Amino acid sequence: MGQMNNSGLVKIQDGVRFIPGASALVGPLNKIINWGRTGSIWPVTFGLACCAIEMMVAGASTNDLDRFGVIFRASPRQADCLILAGTISKKMAPVVRRVYDQMPEPRYVLAMGSCACSGGVFDTYAVVQGGDEFLPVDVYIPGCPPRPEALLEGLIKLQEKINREQGRWSQLV
Amino acid sequence: MESTGIVEKLREEFPDDLLESYEHLGQKAVMVKRDHIVEICRFLRDECNMNHLMCLCGVDNSKRKGPFFERFEVVYQLYSISQKQMFRLRVQVPEHDCSIESITSLWIGANWLERECYDLMGINFNSHPDQRRILTPDDWEGHPLRKEYPLRGDTEWIGYEELKAKSRELGKFDFYDNLSKEKGGHD
Amino acid sequence: MIKATTVDIPVSAGNEDHYRLRMGPQHPATHGVLRVDLDLDGETIMECEPHVGYLHRGFEKLAEHRTYVQNLVLTDRLDYIAAMANNVGYCEAVEKLLKIEVPLRAKYLRTMVCEMARISSHLLWLATHALDIGAMTVFLYCFREREELLELFAELCGARLTTTYTRLGGVRQDVTHSIMMKLVRFVDAFPANIEEYETLIDTNRIWLKRTVNVGTVSARDAVSLCLTGASLRGSGVDYDVRKHFPYAAYDLVDFEIPRGETGDTYARYRCRMEEMRQSNHILRQCIEQMPPGPIIGDDAPDLVMPNKPGRKVEVDTPARQGLIKLVEDRDIFMEGDVYVPTEVPKGELGFYFISDGNGSPYRMHIRSPSFIHIGALKTLAKGAMVADLIAIIGTLDVVLGECDR
Repeated sequence: MGQMNNSGLVKIQDGVRFIPGASALVGPLNKIINWGRTGSIWPVTFGLACCAIEMMVAGASTNDLDRFGVIFRASPRQADCLILAGTISKKMAPVVRRVYDQMPEPRYVLAMGSCACSGGVFDTYAVVQGGDEFLPVDVYIPGCPPRPEALLEGLIKLQEKINREQGRWSQLV
Repeated sequence: MESTGIVEKLREEFPDDLLESYEHLGQKAVMVKRDHIVEICRFLRDECNMNHLMCLCGVDNSKRKGPFFERFEVVYQLYSISQKQMFRLRVQVPEHDCSIESITSLWIGANWLERECYDLMGINFNSHPDQRRILTPDDWEGHPLRKEYPLRGDTEWIGYEELKAKSRELGKFDFYDNLSKEKGGHD
Repeated sequence: MIKATTVDIPVSAGNEDHYRLRMGPQHPATHGVLRVDLDLDGETIMECEPHVGYLHRGFEKLAEHRTYVQNLVLTDRLDYIAAMANNVGYCEAVEKLLKIEVPLRAKYLRTMVCEMARISSHLLWLATHALDIGAMTVFLYCFREREELLELFAELCGARLTTTYTRLGGVRQDVTHSIMMKLVRFVDAFPANIEEYETLIDTNRIWLKRTVNVGTVSARDAVSLCLTGASLRGSGVDYDVRKHFPYAAYDLVDFEIPRGETGDTYARYRCRMEEMRQSNHILRQCIEQMPPGPIIGDDAPDLVMPNKPGRKVEVDTPARQGLIKLVEDRDIFMEGDVYVPTEVPKGELGFYFISDGNGSPYRMHIRSPSFIHIGALKTLAKGAMVADLIAIIGTLDVVLGECDR
């Protein structure tokens, strides 16, 4: 889990230390919260198109997302990450936005695949040219579709981003 | 029974409706008038065993020329599972009266195929039980598969404009990371 | 976990006592972005109205603006669970239209990848169908085998899902010895795996209660609803495009078409399980009979086909000369129309092309089985329980990418 340093504390992550035997953590509050959040990213089970199949593969036996604390939740109320897995059509866009609006803060958006990033090959009347037209996207994962490993990397990038945050746990700070 | 036999039978049964028959790449097809399309389809289904409706689609003829061509065309692809024969019906639909009888009374499955044809091509199906748009949103303007409709659309769908306005409005209340100045949302 | 909204849902039966429920488009058991509006009396479905189009991408319009070669890429995204089968279906149709001959080895390779796609699609169907009904273990088992096939696809053409493996006139790459060895291992092991799935659910009491006599459709109704594939054969109708219009090398291999009798969810489940066995049998024959020879025909148009027909391009290599001939010589792109059906895992996928002599199709219509199967949902679900709706959606084996196009 971490290394013991001179003071006898176990370093879990940058700035977060654990006191052995006392079941206590020492560190700035935002870092401890960030540490908690990085280990429990819960995305909504929400597949749009082809990439959803690779998202399922990422969650299944071979790649096993559970080991990162990534557990798919069927309800957006219990989730804090929205993976835009596939092409977003204009008819679907209001629904996607509604799902996003139902999620509690803090919430993150991953655009998975070319279509969610930029519209992909579908430059037509019916397709939204990138999820960032109506959603704040945090991480873009290119590929058509990206391999499950690429989704893993995207989630790790999201963890890095969460770790850099300082005041996103309260608007009062 | 050969499929040439089907053409003969059709010619016998509906002498005034049959415009042209041809064979292209081994596939038999006839061009018929639209007035008796339900009767023709019923005849083919019941008398000639063409029980499987493979495909039904609309075509915009505005950029090609032919002897009997009107502005639109509806294509019915029929198949006889027992006799292993395929047969195509092409029906011309003029622009000024853009409608044709529905064949949902013969095949329940034709319901959605005709709705799709109405949605994308704008051909009306008379006595269709539930003619609404199916693939595009209900308040969509225009019929995308018509030749004059541009690939990227001419006007933006009003629902999407509303969504973008709403998204801008809600963006103001996003939970920003105000210490590191790294924006949680976009502008 | 069905999401209800207070928004007024237009359901045709306007009974005030009835409970109205909107299921989807975000729902884990609708296999994508299908929306179903339900009108319920207690738990019984009085009226069921499926709504599609949430993944409408304008394939048919887009295809009119691209050349025949460019459109091949789009077909992967139709039925993304069995992209190989779509590639083959598209190429068979265009080859018929342009009269391109395919060498025998390419035919066998196409048959082989089609059947691999069929197995991987059926595995995904079984996994999600069982997961929806509550059997989690089956999901994990099926994905284990499916992953092997996807990795074989990746080795064969570089992509797991969106393969674009076929070319007009043949296939892109030949199989290597390593792929063949892996495939042989897979084919040897797979029958035992099917038995493993069957021991899990075949006689499971819960599975039987959830599938027997659920979503029953008679042979007559199935034909009237234009159902195809296993959904039609579960009702006992003997219609498989591979036998009726043999394409690729299906007339050279030996296989049977499994049929059900009762037409319920369980019969369709049995049908697809047997189909996987037959696919495995075809795969074995392909491996044994694989003939030597070229994998792409001499008259195949090249990938660098100019996208504006009639544009002059400097001709250097013989391959390009063939290509330019194809584009310049209008005789090859004849005017006319053609409808070519193929049997994809979901049912009958048909491409209807109208050519006006240009390098791009004048009209391309895709007869997608999923679209028609979802249309049948209204009839099948009437009078069923809410929980059975999940089983019925599962048994129809729909994929929304192909449905909405």
